[in-house]
Amino acid sequence: MNVRSQISMVFHLDKCIGCHTCSIACKNIWTDRKGAEYMWWNNVETKPGTGFPTQWEDQEKYRGGWEKKNGSINLKSISKTRTITDIFHNPSMPSMDDYYEPWTYKYDELFNAPEGSDQPTARPISLVTGEYINVEAGPNWDDDLGGSRVYAENDPNLKNLSEEQQQQLFAIERLVMFYFPRICNHCLNPSCVASCPSGALYKRGEDGIVLIDQKRCRGWRQCIAACPYKKTFYNWSTGKSEKCILCFPRLETGQAPACFHSCVGRIRYLGVLLYDADRIEEVANKPNDELVDAHRSLILNPNDPAVISAALQNGVHESVIEFAQKSPVYKFVKEWKIALPPHIEFRTLPMLYYVPPMSPVMAQQNDDTVQSVSDSFFHDIEQSRVPLQFLANLFGAGHQGKVVYALKKQKAVRTYRRAVTVGDIEMSVAEKMLNEADCTTQEAEAIYQLTSLCTFDDRFVIPPMHREEAIEMMKDPHEHRSEVGFGFVEKPERGL
Amino acid sequence: MNTNSPFFLDEILFVVLPYIALVIFLLVSIRRYLTQSFTFSSLSSQFLENQQHFWGLVPFHYGIIAIVTGHLIGFLIPREVLWWNSYPLRLYVLEISAFIFGVLTLVGLTSIIIRRLTTPKIKMVSSTADWILFGIFIVQIVSGLSVAVFHSWGSSWFASSAVPYLWSLATLSPDISYITAMPWMVKLHIVCAYVMIAFFPFTRLVHALVVPNPYLWRKTQVVRWYGAWKLKRAS
Repeated sequence: MNVRSQISMVFHLDKCIGCHTCSIACKNIWTDRKGAEYMWWNNVETKPGTGFPTQWEDQEKYRGGWEKKNGSINLKSISKTRTITDIFHNPSMPSMDDYYEPWTYKYDELFNAPEGSDQPTARPISLVTGEYINVEAGPNWDDDLGGSRVYAENDPNLKNLSEEQQQQLFAIERLVMFYFPRICNHCLNPSCVASCPSGALYKRGEDGIVLIDQKRCRGWRQCIAACPYKKTFYNWSTGKSEKCILCFPRLETGQAPACFHSCVGRIRYLGVLLYDADRIEEVANKPNDELVDAHRSLILNPNDPAVISAALQNGVHESVIEFAQKSPVYKFVKEWKIALPPHIEFRTLPMLYYVPPMSPVMAQQNDDTVQSVSDSFFHDIEQSRVPLQFLANLFGAGHQGKVVYALKKQKAVRTYRRAVTVGDIEMSVAEKMLNEADCTTQEAEAIYQLTSLCTFDDRFVIPPMHREEAIEMMKDPHEHRSEVGFGFVEKPERGL
Repeated sequence: MNTNSPFFLDEILFVVLPYIALVIFLLVSIRRYLTQSFTFSSLSSQFLENQQHFWGLVPFHYGIIAIVTGHLIGFLIPREVLWWNSYPLRLYVLEISAFIFGVLTLVGLTSIIIRRLTTPKIKMVSSTADWILFGIFIVQIVSGLSVAVFHSWGSSWFASSAVPYLWSLATLSPDISYITAMPWMVKLHIVCAYVMIAFFPFTRLVHALVVPNPYLWRKTQVVRWYGAWKLKRAS
């Protein structure tokens, strides 16, 4: 057992209101620079929808992630020998057209326009060339277009839905959508790291954050193609790749990452998990239907004395273990099993989990009254407006079991809380439902607490990052304290 | 060209220039690597334009790598090259394939230049150094190709005449008697090579110095720990 710690995340999709505040917080801090304008380390997508970059989930097109071949897994986009041939022109590399051309507006035209009978306008200009452009795409171009024949219909997750299910999704009475916020998953088996010819990408041993060493990146751009989530971006100005850094400077000072901190719907949870690094390869090799369980089995119980002693032996700080015991992510993923990894079939073992969203209640109009079509109070999971197969393609490698389990438990918790607070549902009915959903009243209460009444400190249980240990390795911390902030730092400017 | 050039022109071009070029190349490259490592990048523009990119970059790189390797082989093992060329058929094979790679380089470079001129986005990421570099490259490739056509057989006389001169430079006992009588096109090719070596560290060409060969034998995943002592454990 090789115990390591990993900062992990849960996004509760049932609570996401699609306000994009997270994206703006991130943009303002990190990517408001030349060459990075088009990057959205955090973005919010509408599902069904094509996403950003367009159809990123279609790995026949982008060739990201790993594929299982002859009993082992290989990168889909590149191999060691193919680096030699493909380094001059990467055939799987997306171009700016797959994202969008960033633009601003020529605001001085508002002031300098000659006097006339019409209002002056500020026309859009490209942030790359400075020329006037017709804006044809943007980072959330298909926002809220759930039933769109142009966007939603091309969602790669619709591929194995029956004709009937697809038709239902686009029927006007059943139009449905939910939001899917995305950041880098800080995977356990990151394909971006594995693809980097320079070895510039790395996973931090102590907290699992995946970073790009800007001084070692040479712009070979293999990571752009290899990341199946398309969360590494090429800075066209500096010639370096960049990605979400999980706001590590904030984490190291005990603050939640900007997108977490600013989340209006309070959908985001962050905590530390202990996992067994020796089993990563074995788990990434499992057949599709076992992946979710295998991935979950990597996470170790931080209260188990054997795990604790192995962790201490491996250099995991005891304060980190203590925080792992309080981790909200552990509860969602391991105890309650209602949070699932996105597209686990890409086999990068993402460490960002999603609680799948409940669908709107289905209702019928009889004359003047609107009645629920379901016998039970909330919608029936099997008749859910978002087809289960669609959610299964997103969160279960195409297998519905785990998604159904998570949704049934959420529904049971809702029913139970309805019985407690409103009382129009018999408690015995609620308890039976809980029982069927593999849930106890205590668990339901805990899920309710952490879902609905969670405070800032409940959501973000940030372990001490112990950067002093890093400094100690190199020099006396007191000396460092008196020196830090001085000296010359190379500007991140494009070379000749 | 006159063999008795005024102002010791031959000495300046073929003795002084190569040493200056080499010193500039070494000092500036090392300094740039140590103090401005951020600027070492391929500065790829594939992200901004993805179609023409293939037709320029691929032929150019395959061509230039083959040609540079060919020159290096001639420099290192001139006897073996002459032995190879002792049969006409083998000479033709070598000359023709070298010429094809030269043409490939030229075609690739032309395509790269056209792409840079015609795509507005790529124009934005082109520096003055890039354009100077393209100029030097054109002179170098065109002079190389015309030497191959008009002064055959280059592979043989390169090994028998130019290589001894280069070795005389390398052993710090310069002897320009080998090349003073060379046609001016050959001289141009040699001088242009020195100019390119001197200009190299000031341009995007430095990406060739950081070719990622360790990738071929490194572990798949990379994990970095706080201090060196933790590096010892398996990543």
